Amino acid sequence: MTAISQRSAASPRSLDAERTASRKKRDRAARWAAIGFVTPLALYLFIFYVFPLAQNIVMSLQRYDRGSFVHGGAPFVGLDIYREVISSSTFWPTVAQMAIFTLVSITVQYCLGLALAVFFRSDFRLSATLRAFFLVPWLLPVIVSGTTWQWMMSADNGVINSFIGLFGVDPVWWLSADNALWSVLIANIWLGIPFNLVILYSGLQNIPESLYEAASLDGAGAWRKFRSITLPSLRPVTLITLLLGLVYTLKVVDIIWIMTTGTGTSQTLATWSYGMAFGKGTSGVVRYSEASAVGSILLVVALAFGLLYIVTQSKESD
Amino acid sequence: MRSSWWKTAIGLFLTAAMLFPVYWMINVSFTRRESIRKGQLFPIDFTADHYGVVLHDQLPYLGTSLAVGLGTVAFTLVIAAPAGFALAKLRLPGGSALGFVLIVAQMIPAVVMALGFYAIYNRVGLLNTIPGLILADSTIAVPFAVMLLAAFMRGIPREMMEAATLDRASYWRTFWSVVLPISRNASITVALFAFLWAWSDFLFASTLDREGGDLRPITMGIYNYIGAQNQEWGLMMATAVVASIPTALLLILAQKYVAAGVTAGAVKD
Repeated sequence: MTAISQRSAASPRSLDAERTASRKKRDRAARWAAIGFVTPLALYLFIFYVFPLAQNIVMSLQRYDRGSFVHGGAPFVGLDIYREVISSSTFWPTVAQMAIFTLVSITVQYCLGLALAVFFRSDFRLSATLRAFFLVPWLLPVIVSGTTWQWMMSADNGVINSFIGLFGVDPVWWLSADNALWSVLIANIWLGIPFNLVILYSGLQNIPESLYEAASLDGAGAWRKFRSITLPSLRPVTLITLLLGLVYTLKVVDIIWIMTTGTGTSQTLATWSYGMAFGKGTSGVVRYSEASAVGSILLVVALAFGLLYIVTQSKESD
Repeated sequence: MRSSWWKTAIGLFLTAAMLFPVYWMINVSFTRRESIRKGQLFPIDFTADHYGVVLHDQLPYLGTSLAVGLGTVAFTLVIAAPAGFALAKLRLPGGSALGFVLIVAQMIPAVVMALGFYAIYNRVGLLNTIPGLILADSTIAVPFAVMLLAAFMRGIPREMMEAATLDRASYWRTFWSVVLPISRNASITVALFAFLWAWSDFLFASTLDREGGDLRPITMGIYNYIGAQNQEWGLMMATAVVASIPTALLLILAQKYVAAGVTAGAVKD
């Protein structure tokens, strides 16, 4: 009798303890399960990100030529290659071209993307369909658009020169060393408009219609509404679009390489690095160490802006 | 809607201007070789011969691209789906740090990755192979895939998960028979983008698979024409049109998945 009552008196506490114990057990099980499910990704990131990046940095600290690349035994030279690369006469002009390429690209892409987003925001027949068509440049393989632009910009037979010829403008030698930067800029801006349009359009969707209605009642015109409602409300989206665009544009290789192989003014750090390692085919002088050093410098620049993006984004979402 | 017809007109004009390069590519691809340099606005000297040549010459490359694309899709999903589940629904220690790593991973310049891969592949013998290209191409898609799947899986109601756990189903069963089927649409979005990126890849193909012969993808097929002494623009543009087919299919058949991917990739929240 006493034993029974004792047990029944004790049972709520022990049940409680049992419940916490079993929850703890379940939590621990969940954590182990989580680790199990994420292990393939962790291994993947290690093998396919950490390892190649480390390899890249190691190569930039050793002096490689084709022989030592295949057979090993390249001497360790510390930061010598970085010093050589930075003090070479190509470095700073290349950085300047990369800065122009990146800044002009993202500015013009943003302005055109915003104008189009505002235009497509108003509801008209076919607006959704036409907006979908605007995605095409973004979804096409870059080799496809790059070769097409190359042909359109051909000096003798290109359709762009025929077009400006209608207005009496002399043919432009688009892909020559001097004009190469502007040519790849035009193509890259074309490639980037869809991305800006999509993000800014979704940003516009989040601005409450009531703001515009109130402004209309106050007699504000379209331009006034754009200045004092649209632009301020888009500020966070704008920051994120520009920073993301910046990081993505810094590392562009394909459109430039396909159109001009990075010759003349169209060389950036990314195409310079690519060209030194892979540009000459198999026969020419291959400079892996220099390519890796330039690549590592580009990596640092890209990650610096990338961190700025992450900080901005986490601040905006608070 | 009363005065909207002129907006439609402007919209049509803008779209036409934007897509002019695409039209020009198709136009040139249907123009006879001797007339291409005249730059006619319509393929008056019409021919479909370029396509015959291209389908014959480029078939192996198209096959490689298809294999690489499908391989990249499969590999990406196998890595990303379980990780997305762990991030979204299980108490993963260091989960937010992993999210940070995934964002950073997307910002690494591909040329840097290619240099590292080239040196490693050179040692282990993966240069100029399809598996090598699949593994490299997957790095374009995996971080995006994990983030998109995790974002979607976070939205799966607790009750559905709990029902499975009460049944004493293992985590694997919950993942396999509850979470994955619900995440069907998100997985399709991931698959479509992984395929498109692998299909379009130029950088890894031109570095890790330069001498692969028939084991090179279609992007290299087009690139060969650029390098040729006598540039055959008709063949080049016809190949470009064929290489654009996945893009066209995606836009026509899978628009809602594309829209989901574009917004998820760009703006989270």
